[in-house]
Amino acid sequence: MLALTSPVETVFHRIPAGVKLAVLCMFTVGLFWVQGWPAMTGALGAVLILTLWPGRIFARQALGMLLPLWPFGVLLVGWHWWTEDLARGMVILLRMVTAVGAANLVTMTTRLGDMMGVVERLCRPLGRFGVQGGQVALAMGLVVRFIPVLGDRQAGLVLAWRARSARRGAGWRVVPALTLGALEEADHVAEALRARGGAG
Amino acid sequence: MERNIAYVALFAALIAVLGFIPPVSLAAGIPPITAQSLGIMLCGTVLGARRGALAVVLFLMLVAVGLPLLSGGRGGLGVFASGSAGFLIGFPVAAFVAGWVMERSTLPVVWAAGVGAVIGGIGVLYVFGIAGLSVMLGKTVGEAAQIAIAYLPGDAIKVVLCAFMTQALARMRPDALLSRA
Repeated sequence: MLALTSPVETVFHRIPAGVKLAVLCMFTVGLFWVQGWPAMTGALGAVLILTLWPGRIFARQALGMLLPLWPFGVLLVGWHWWTEDLARGMVILLRMVTAVGAANLVTMTTRLGDMMGVVERLCRPLGRFGVQGGQVALAMGLVVRFIPVLGDRQAGLVLAWRARSARRGAGWRVVPALTLGALEEADHVAEALRARGGAG
Repeated sequence: MERNIAYVALFAALIAVLGFIPPVSLAAGIPPITAQSLGIMLCGTVLGARRGALAVVLFLMLVAVGLPLLSGGRGGLGVFASGSAGFLIGFPVAAFVAGWVMERSTLPVVWAAGVGAVIGGIGVLYVFGIAGLSVMLGKTVGEAAQIAIAYLPGDAIKVVLCAFMTQALARMRPDALLSRA
C-alpha cells in the first residue's frame, strides 16, 4: 500500500507540513467566504497552475484524484439545470473541485512522516485528557502494519469460499470471519505489547 | 491499556480492509453500497461506544494524513473537502452511538445491534451527512435531505447485515462482544 504522496519531487515538498496545512485551511475558509464567478475561477486557476507546474506525471495523479467527484458533478449540473440557475451550480461545483484539488495538492507534496509529525504535535494539547502522542503514533503504526495482514486473511477467506462454491466472489460473506480474525489478532497484539514492556 | 490500543488499531485496519471488497450496486442512480460503512457500524456494536469511535477516528486520521484507505482508493485531505465530508465526520459519532445503544440496552444482541445501527448508522450519521451536503453543495437542509435519501436503501440493508453479523459473532465467540462485556 502506497501513500498518496507524489514520487515526483516538487518545490512544495520542501515547505514545512504545518505551513502548508495552515495555508490550506485559510484558502478553504476563503473559498466558502467569497462568492461569484471571478473569485472562484481565479482560485481554481491558481490551484490548476500549481497542479500542472510539476509536470505531466504529477498532474495526471492529481487529476485522477479528482475523478471520484463525478457523481457530485452530475448531481449539481442536473439539479441546477432543472432549477434553471446553472451558473450558480457551476460556481458551487467549481468551489468543491478547487477545495478538493488544493487539499490533494498538500497531500501529494507532504511525506507521510511529516504529516504524522503534525498529528503528533496536534495531539500534544490533548495530553491533559489522557491522550498521549506516543500511543496515537503506536496505534497508527499498528494499523499500517495490520492492513496487509488482514488483507491476506481476507484473500484467504475468499479463496476458501471459492473452493467450496461454484458461485462467483465471496464479497460480503467474509465479513464476520474477518471481524473475528481482527478480534483474535488484537488479543495477540495486546499480549505482545505487554510482553515488550507495555504501551506506556 | 494495551488491549484497548490493540482493539482500536485492529478495527481501524478492519475498516480499511473492508474498503477493498468491491461495492455492490443495487440499481442505477443509487450510490453503490460498500462494506466499509458496515465496518463503521460493526466497530460500534462489537467494540462498544468509546473504543468503536476511537477506531473510526484512527482510521480517518490515517486517511487524512494521505493513505488511500477509503473505498475506491480515495484518501488524503481532499476527501474532507468533498460533498461526502459530512458523512466522514459523522462516522465516529455514528459508531459511538451504535456502541452506546449496544452497551445500555438489555435487548437480545440481534435487536440491540439493529437498533443501535439504525440510530447511530442512519439517524445520527445522516444529520452529519445532510449538514455536509448542505454546506458543500450549497443546498438547503431540505434539499440536502432529498439527496441523502439515495443512500437510504443501501444503509437499511447494512443495518440488517450488521445486526445479524453481530449476533453471529456473539455466538461464535461469546466473549468477543466487548460492547456487552
